[in-house]
Amino acid sequence: MYREQILKKFEPRLDNILFILHDLQDNNPQRYLAREDIEKCATYLNIASSYVHGVVTFYSMFSLKPRGRYIIRLCESPPCHLMGSESLLEYLKKKLKVDIGETTSDGAFTLELTSCLGICGVAPALMVNEEMVGNLTPERLDAILEERRQRL
Amino acid sequence: MNVMRNHILISIDAGTLMSGARAVEGALVAEIVRQGLDSEVSVLETGSIGITGKGVVLVVYPEGIYYAGVTPGDVPEIVKEHLLKGRPVKRLILTEAPKRVIISKEKTGLLKEQPRIVLRNCGFINPENIEEYIAANGYEAIAKALQTMKPEDVVNEVKASNLLGRGGAGFPTGLKWEFAIKTPGDEKFVICNADEGEPGTFKDRLILEGDPHKLIEGMLLAGYAIRGTRGFVYIRGEYALSIERIEKAIADARKYGLLGNNILESNFNFDIVVMKGAGAYVCGEETALIESLEGKRGHPRIKPPFPINAGLWRKPTLVNNVETLSNIPDIIRNGATWYRGYGTDRCTGTKVYTILGHVVTPGLVETEMGTTLKDIIFEYGGGIKGGKKFKGALVGGAAGAFLGPDMLDVQMDFVNLREYAAALGSGAILVMDEDTDMVDMLKSVLHFFKHESCGHCAPCRLGTARLVEIIDLIAASQGTMEDINQLLEITKAMKDSSFCPLGQSVNLPVSSSIKYFKDEMTARVKA
Repeated sequence: MYREQILKKFEPRLDNILFILHDLQDNNPQRYLAREDIEKCATYLNIASSYVHGVVTFYSMFSLKPRGRYIIRLCESPPCHLMGSESLLEYLKKKLKVDIGETTSDGAFTLELTSCLGICGVAPALMVNEEMVGNLTPERLDAILEERRQRL
Repeated sequence: MNVMRNHILISIDAGTLMSGARAVEGALVAEIVRQGLDSEVSVLETGSIGITGKGVVLVVYPEGIYYAGVTPGDVPEIVKEHLLKGRPVKRLILTEAPKRVIISKEKTGLLKEQPRIVLRNCGFINPENIEEYIAANGYEAIAKALQTMKPEDVVNEVKASNLLGRGGAGFPTGLKWEFAIKTPGDEKFVICNADEGEPGTFKDRLILEGDPHKLIEGMLLAGYAIRGTRGFVYIRGEYALSIERIEKAIADARKYGLLGNNILESNFNFDIVVMKGAGAYVCGEETALIESLEGKRGHPRIKPPFPINAGLWRKPTLVNNVETLSNIPDIIRNGATWYRGYGTDRCTGTKVYTILGHVVTPGLVETEMGTTLKDIIFEYGGGIKGGKKFKGALVGGAAGAFLGPDMLDVQMDFVNLREYAAALGSGAILVMDEDTDMVDMLKSVLHFFKHESCGHCAPCRLGTARLVEIIDLIAASQGTMEDINQLLEITKAMKDSSFCPLGQSVNLPVSSSIKYFKDEMTARVKA
């Protein structure tokens, strides 16, 4: 039902497709685009669902797989790399017991990598859902994860 | 109206928000009220003050005292000691960044006054208040243009300023506008490229967060000059605060009659909408951006035709970068001759740089074109962290060049760096100290390109994959000399045959790192 309400916010024009997909994904509790999202979007814009699928898979902010409550996107671009993001990635993998692109068994966290987030003054940095966090250390990561777990 | 005794500017940007700027702001306002100072002291939000990595930053005027790393717990002390008793809290005063561009010139000492054009208002005005922008000569340029200049005059003024596009390629802006005005069409578009994705670059974000109205005025001037009808700001999806600020600024400008129909009673109609990207570096390429705006996969188009002839929905479209457009209002207000007074002969004006990596004070600086790398790193960046030696810098982002110590004294501008087979690019300067593993850094750059290659053309899709295989081998000490030559061969082929600048530009970081750090690479390969 909420899908119809989202679609109605936008005129059925192709250039609104990214807005629509963002909104559908953000309102999916599992923060991904389900088959139904894609089909509803295609019908609304009067295009093939394969076209929508093509658009979705092009952009890295969209996911076709269900994701955790919190999506951790660690920056792997050169500025963060220089400041040690690679060792933080290893730390996160071990701590969460997941590989890149996977979700923890309790559904709390999904670990992803991202290109430059534009907050390089505080590298290494990551995004947790919409929130940016910088000056990362293993201790800081522990605190971030712990705090998010509390909120679950 | 009350005359305020003190004004406190609090920097609200993505960086300070992370450090809890809102909590500090709330505590500050509450404490000021509690101490009965609310009729004497005002708290004003502003964009980035140009200091990053130092937590929440406040400036108390009229003293001009900078506090950094402020937490809500420090607030009662600041209010009681500084505001009530007039004794600044020494332990919080920022001492490390005396030469930042945003800091007033009295404090700079050594260097001459830094000209601020693009960042003139950043850190001084409240970006969410249109009246503060207007008070800082805002929207004067568009008023001047609408009342006293023909569109052709605006184009000529921009041409005469010699402004080069700040998106990275350095194409003459005036020339682009001239093409646009000469292209016939009932509908023409102005697109602001705010899909800032070049690693190490966040100048556009800070302009959008710190002075969004300046960008709107720049777009209005562009629209008037080329007889455009509509404007689009394409912002990357990750820049939540930028999107929020520019949307508010657009709504306010509409309310004030500065966007919409019959702007300033001149019969000029122009409106702007914001588009949000979804994570694709290639969309910073103008034709890929246009495809994305149209609701497609962000694949670049073949050129020609250039967007100026057939852009968005195949109509004539002008695409300019945020920083480029933010230079325009002052050029029109003060004239091209004034603007040419800054920078070098071949490259006028200022450039906004982001300084990162192993420097004492990473952050943002606006300085004249032609400033040396040495001055930027050692004067504005505060030198190398931990007293270490400078080894190299990656200038211009991932699509830029690695530079060694012998490039420190080269004057940096678009034209000059090109002569040294380097590029100014986006203005990102990633500084690396003596302990940096250059092979590892090149590996990071090549992994970036592999990830961001859009897959549209074979040279880039296959080339970036192959480059990653080779650099991984070299980094694991499993490579050979032949592999190093292969890196060069492949990127040369990509430069000649890739469809868009993404694939073409990989040659620059590869060839420059081999040029300056070949010994380090050969030491890593098998005999």
